[in-house]
Amino acid sequence: MVNIGLNLFKHELTPAEVVKKSREDRFLAREIIDGIFTDFVELHGDRLSGDDMSVIGGIAALNGTPVTVIAIDKGIDIHDKLSKRNGSPEPWGYRKAQRLMQQANKFHRPIITFINTPGAFPGKTAEAQGQGEAIATSILESMKLTVPMIAIIYGEGGSGGALALATSDQVWMFQNATYSILSPEGFASILWKDSKRADEAAAVMGLTPKDLLAKKVIEYVIPESRSHTRVFNLMRKRLDDEFKQLNALSPQDLIKQRRARFRAF
Amino acid sequence: MDLYNNQKSTSKIKRDASVNDRIPDGLFLACPYCGVQMYNKQLGAFRVCDHCGYGFRLQARERVELLTDSFEEMDSEIEMMNPDFPGYADKLARAKSQTELGESVLTGVAKIEGEKVALGIMDSYFMMGSLGSMTGEKITRLFEYATENFLPVVLFTASGGARMQEGINSLMQMAKVSAVVAAHQEAGLLYLVVLTDPTTGGVTASFAMQGDITLAEPHALIGFAGARVIESTIHEKLPKDFQRAETLMTNGFVDQIVPRSELNQVIAKIVKLHHVTEV
Ligand SMILES: [Zn+2]
Repeated sequence: MVNIGLNLFKHELTPAEVVKKSREDRFLAREIIDGIFTDFVELHGDRLSGDDMSVIGGIAALNGTPVTVIAIDKGIDIHDKLSKRNGSPEPWGYRKAQRLMQQANKFHRPIITFINTPGAFPGKTAEAQGQGEAIATSILESMKLTVPMIAIIYGEGGSGGALALATSDQVWMFQNATYSILSPEGFASILWKDSKRADEAAAVMGLTPKDLLAKKVIEYVIPESRSHTRVFNLMRKRLDDEFKQLNALSPQDLIKQRRARFRAF
Repeated sequence: MDLYNNQKSTSKIKRDASVNDRIPDGLFLACPYCGVQMYNKQLGAFRVCDHCGYGFRLQARERVELLTDSFEEMDSEIEMMNPDFPGYADKLARAKSQTELGESVLTGVAKIEGEKVALGIMDSYFMMGSLGSMTGEKITRLFEYATENFLPVVLFTASGGARMQEGINSLMQMAKVSAVVAAHQEAGLLYLVVLTDPTTGGVTASFAMQGDITLAEPHALIGFAGARVIESTIHEKLPKDFQRAETLMTNGFVDQIVPRSELNQVIAKIVKLHHVTEV
């Protein structure tokens, strides 16, 4: 294992090092949910075809205020990881998220999504059941929700599979997270026909929080610490502050601002 | 904000550089779908295999000719600000001269069998129809124009997916276009998608799957993940027609499969049925 932590704040990691770290199980979805919120009630199923375990969803309280929480989870042990395909949602995972987003909209609850995925699952059933349509609809419906939404990428932010849950008012990233169009391996194999040049690809892809902050793809980088409690306390405070500001906007202005955020690209 | 400063060029379409014109009639071709061999001239004006009905890939300007009574192009001069990825500027320049397009989509206002529509046609010959930020910008402006002017949008999709050279900006186009699709939808206007061969990746995972009505050309390849990626994930071969239009229709993602020669009539009929009647 890599010696985590010692140099974390001493020198800046290379993009390839950030990629490596983003794939380690530094934070787990349930740990984040329990660390930030109280009274989490998990809700299952998309009401159409099934329940995708890689997407954990439910309602909870943020400093006493009801919110909807949706988190992509990679799993803990090998069995858990296999059943969650290492955090690659099926179409019914995205449809479960859509259902919970609509529910949040009905009850005027802010939405927080936590993202850690190499990408949407490229399986046979996933394809037959409309993985493309599921992501497309998640993005489109997110553009219409009249409640504030903040997306937090805490590990890998892989392509459309991440964007499906990151079409929000703000996007935040953990210090050692990535967000990209494709994995560096995939990028290298498509552009240079050599997946072994992944480190080189990572360097030119601009996938680190620092790069993405400069491009205004994200609004905030969450500093990591060995004390997870410290990280969660910081996030709880900041979420609370940002939702207070976003809640002050009229639904029309909120939607206008969200759409303008993406119109700028 | 210069959202509506569409540099409209009224140039009529010349069809001198089309792939079609460069292939001699006597040339022998194999249908990419059924494999049957035929002379180029057997494909006819619509470039359709007379054995299986597959429509050979068209350039956007060829499709305009086949489909529309008139076409007024928008945003023909749109320019990428700084294509700074190594080799990207050269690739773009080559694609532009090969296709006579500014980007991988051609947009404008068209009449199809007398029906006025905002029309977008993606071109798989322009960097494989990949979704660059100017591709997204042109489609976004098309929707904005349509919403302002109460027009339906008809969009022909053809794409190999993301524009790798643009990285995260390519991904953001999926959300950018979705935002204007939402506004167009809220105005009660029709968005008609025609899926053509091939429609894959990020385009499938966004505006190709957001239409009110979705048509497809026969045997068009339509999918999210690439077939080889799926096969290496599940460790088995996919059935022959797994990502073809007919399978998508069986699975509930396509309304109708329409032969190329009938597309203009079917589109006009659907658009007509969405005319707002004064009560
Ligand atoms: Zn054929």
